[in-house]
Amino acid sequence: MFMYEKKLQYPVRVTNKDVRMAKAVLNQYGGADGEMSASMNYLTQRFSMPLNETKGLLTDIGVEELGHMEMVASLFRKLLEGATREEMIEAGFGGYYANHETCPFYLDSDGVPWEAKYTQAKGEPIADLYNDMAGEQKARATYENLILLTDDPLVKDTLRWLREREIIHFQRFGEGLRLVEEYTANKKFF
Amino acid sequence: MISYSRNNQLSIQQNAMLMDVQKLQFAVLDLALYLDTHPNDPVALFRHKAYANQLMQLREAYEAQYGPLTIFGNEMGDTWRYINSPWPWEIK
Repeated sequence: MFMYEKKLQYPVRVTNKDVRMAKAVLNQYGGADGEMSASMNYLTQRFSMPLNETKGLLTDIGVEELGHMEMVASLFRKLLEGATREEMIEAGFGGYYANHETCPFYLDSDGVPWEAKYTQAKGEPIADLYNDMAGEQKARATYENLILLTDDPLVKDTLRWLREREIIHFQRFGEGLRLVEEYTANKKFF
Repeated sequence: MISYSRNNQLSIQQNAMLMDVQKLQFAVLDLALYLDTHPNDPVALFRHKAYANQLMQLREAYEAQYGPLTIFGNEMGDTWRYINSPWPWEIK
């Protein structure tokens, strides 16, 4: 079951509007290596995990990623607040605005829609956990790129925090993988 | 020009208390993820119990003062405050 708490996991603040940056952060919302891909991966892979440890891990991290989606969406909105028509057009945001105004939508920065192909659920726990670890690395790398793309210290702060979470998730999945590999090695087949 | 309506500035006190809830909840979450793969670690269990307890009390205090954070709490007022407090993506 899912419940919602009316607060962000970590504060999201911006110093100034930045339409170009808003476009860039959309990658972490509807992009291939973004928070939605992560969340959808984990929340569905958990159903075929053999160990309670990994059922728990995928459930809990999957839910945390939904909270990160919320943070990215909030960042997107705040970066657009106060933008003029000229600023939007100059940043190449006119098309998006025509279709979605300032509502976050499931696209990457190039307007490519999110798709299930960004996720994997092999159903085999070792394959899935390796996939998840790769996903966390890709998300980490994307956050590093986003941090470089802005000078706003408040935006950098939120992005750095999100980046650190990816690193922690990677470590947790590594532990889950080790547990599953030990479990698999001990199973006997007749 | 894009403008969102409403003044969604929290008071300094509310902001500080909210941040305390966020920090404490984060500590609990991080411990929980660790416990997911280390379910018998006694230190982690101890810490989780301590922080979770603190979190429960702090959250109660926060909600008593500033309104509910979920729809599942006991709404003691005469209005459904849940919808009318600032929404997380609007808070300045």
